[in-house]
Amino acid sequence: MREQYLPLNMVSSGKKVKLVSVRGGQGIRRRLNDMGLNIGMEFKIIQAHIFGPCIIAVDSTRLVLGRGMAQKILVEEK
Amino acid sequence: MRKKLTIALAGNPNSGKTTLFNNLTGARQHVGNYPGVTVEKKEGTFKYKDYKINVVDLPGTYSLTAYSIDEIVTRNFVIEEKPDVVIDVIDTSNLERNLYLATQFMELGVPLILAFNMSDIAKKQGTKIDQNKLAEFLGVPIVSTVATKKVGTNELLDEIMNMAEGEIEPKKVVVNYGKEIREELENLEEILKKDRPLAGKYPSRWLAVKLLESDEDIVKKIEKSSFSEEILSTVEKSTAHLKSIFDDEPDAIIADRRYGFISGACSEAVSRNYETRHTTSDKIDKVLVNRILGLPIFLGLMWLVFRFTFKVSEPLMGWVEMIQEWLGNIFGGLLPDGSAIQSLVVDGIIGGVGSVLIFVPIIFLLFLAMAVLEDSGYMARAAFIMDRLMHKIGLHGRSFIPMLLGFGCNLPAIMATRTIEDRKDRFVTILVNPFISCGARLPVYTLFIGVFFAERIAGNVLFSLYILGMIVAVVMAKIFRRFLFKGPASPFVMELPPYRIPTIKGLFIHMWERGVVYLKKAGTVIFVGCVLIWFLSNFPWQPKYSKDYNTLIEQAQENEELASKLENEKAFEKMEKSYAGRIGRAIAPVFRPLGFDDWKTSVGLIGGFIAKEIVVGTLGTLHSVGEADEESKTLRQALQNQKRSDGSKMYNPLTAYSFMVFVLLYMPCVAVIGVIKRETNSWRWPIFTAVYTTVIAWVVAFVIYQGGTFLGLGL
Repeated sequence: MREQYLPLNMVSSGKKVKLVSVRGGQGIRRRLNDMGLNIGMEFKIIQAHIFGPCIIAVDSTRLVLGRGMAQKILVEEK
Repeated sequence: MRKKLTIALAGNPNSGKTTLFNNLTGARQHVGNYPGVTVEKKEGTFKYKDYKINVVDLPGTYSLTAYSIDEIVTRNFVIEEKPDVVIDVIDTSNLERNLYLATQFMELGVPLILAFNMSDIAKKQGTKIDQNKLAEFLGVPIVSTVATKKVGTNELLDEIMNMAEGEIEPKKVVVNYGKEIREELENLEEILKKDRPLAGKYPSRWLAVKLLESDEDIVKKIEKSSFSEEILSTVEKSTAHLKSIFDDEPDAIIADRRYGFISGACSEAVSRNYETRHTTSDKIDKVLVNRILGLPIFLGLMWLVFRFTFKVSEPLMGWVEMIQEWLGNIFGGLLPDGSAIQSLVVDGIIGGVGSVLIFVPIIFLLFLAMAVLEDSGYMARAAFIMDRLMHKIGLHGRSFIPMLLGFGCNLPAIMATRTIEDRKDRFVTILVNPFISCGARLPVYTLFIGVFFAERIAGNVLFSLYILGMIVAVVMAKIFRRFLFKGPASPFVMELPPYRIPTIKGLFIHMWERGVVYLKKAGTVIFVGCVLIWFLSNFPWQPKYSKDYNTLIEQAQENEELASKLENEKAFEKMEKSYAGRIGRAIAPVFRPLGFDDWKTSVGLIGGFIAKEIVVGTLGTLHSVGEADEESKTLRQALQNQKRSDGSKMYNPLTAYSFMVFVLLYMPCVAVIGVIKRETNSWRWPIFTAVYTTVIAWVVAFVIYQGGTFLGLGL
């Protein structure tokens, strides 16, 4: 099952995903928590790219996740 | 006698706090469309029934951790100032995330009211909320509002009254963190209560939670407690214990339980019927933040911004100049001719401050253009687009906006770094900001480029200076990030606000808020600076002259040419013997390797420390050509013909360029030093900035001058 988990920047735009885990550092996860994203929540990828920051949609919010951050967020495609 | 009340407005960025603030107080504060607009708390008062109510608009925050300054400002205010009521403004269309902050206020035990703002949008999206039920669950009153339409303000006020009069007994609802965590919290609370002053100031439950979350700010506070050892060792034990049970950091479990609590409450009281839809904003974003088109569009917009600024400000600057001249004539006529007081008012104050006010149009127009980008929501996109490039120098997109503002004036630019959460990123952004060429440096370029470069390359020369400033900023940022502020790149998460059409009122308020910082500088620091420079370059008022000029001039009455030549000679000698002349002479040799070892230039550079725009004014005064500005022909000729003692020309295009590079890079003006002191909260960084920028300026100008000379460009 583990293979299904992908870093956020590897998912293609338009997909719906579920946040599985966050690698590295308390800081990143805490920040995500503050911005309304917790492990297990679902969101949609608006724009993602391996070498760039990503835009995601959590409810009606659009969030930018910096490039370094997107690599550390593991998601499961729905 | 009216009773006094203090209420605080808190909430997520972009939740409509400031709009609500304006509704309540009738104020006209700027409502932005860029996360983190309210960087400083704003206050206003109004009267309602028999109360005089003081409202404090706190910076928007997502949380109450010690992650950013905004969050610390917010939570310190709530804890230390103990407002009578805290209103947490909730963006109802993002309920869960907004309630996450609310749970933290609940934990603080403050008298809390939730204002469910933008309830109309939520309804449109298909969210139905059973408000009474939700209020019951959370134990706090809820009032639904639509701040933009001024709906619900009175209901909110009534609820505030009820709470202030003690008619509502706030229920203590606490998040259930589960048995294991609860036990540790209770255990910690017991120990925390031993420190009476601490327990009197902070709710012990909140302290305990924060300690388990390993909140740096609170840990620092505990370290000062007389029970610090006992407390911290217990925290350590608890943390280790919880880690072993959950196989995860306690703060993650705490966040998880908070979200669990929220979704528990919402599943009972909120029903939703919608999918994440593609909005108009998403469609616009398909183009504007497109991976290929995004950057060119951004650059194009920047080009337009500068084009607009310079084109429109040109005639306006002419008007300012006219007014200045007119004032000079009036006051010059009123005051006794040739007296020190006339010289002070006309040359020192009107001339000096006027030479600064001339940039008001440029700076205000640039900020107006920036306001359009910001209020429309584009600025957040620009941060996104630039993230990829900023990433390469160890910063992220957020640091880019202060850089852009720096082209107007570095003061508001450095103040804007408050939206950067990470301390290291923020400090690096502050330290390199002075290299971004502000509007005040422009007249120096205009003067020297006008004199020493052909018109067809003038634009390119000017452009090269701006680019050089940016390159130095980028290189230094990279160096600082590598050596001075080491560590991994900080996480970058930012909300992209929906696009909005800016309102004219909003734009002007916004422009004014930033521009007024510059005006204040002109009115205070620069005013004093001009007087000081005037004093230094005019005193001693009657120096010992080498010749008896007065008699000679009188004798030469018949010969006008000789008389005026003598007048000039006298003025020059006076200048040379003034304090400024002496200081200039002392430091001029330092600039010898850079090609401009003239004492007058050195005095100009000292003046530039007070404000960069003073450089031109000082040069004008020192070349004793009366009123000087970048257009004045006489100053141009004076510069062109200036010779060293050995007869060689002082300036040529190469020395002029070297000089401009030095002005671009050397120490920022005193107002910027002041703001760096304020923003970094220590004298260390402003002093460091002043020194390192000057060293860099010297080195870069040295390389350019010596390299240029070697290549034979100096002739």
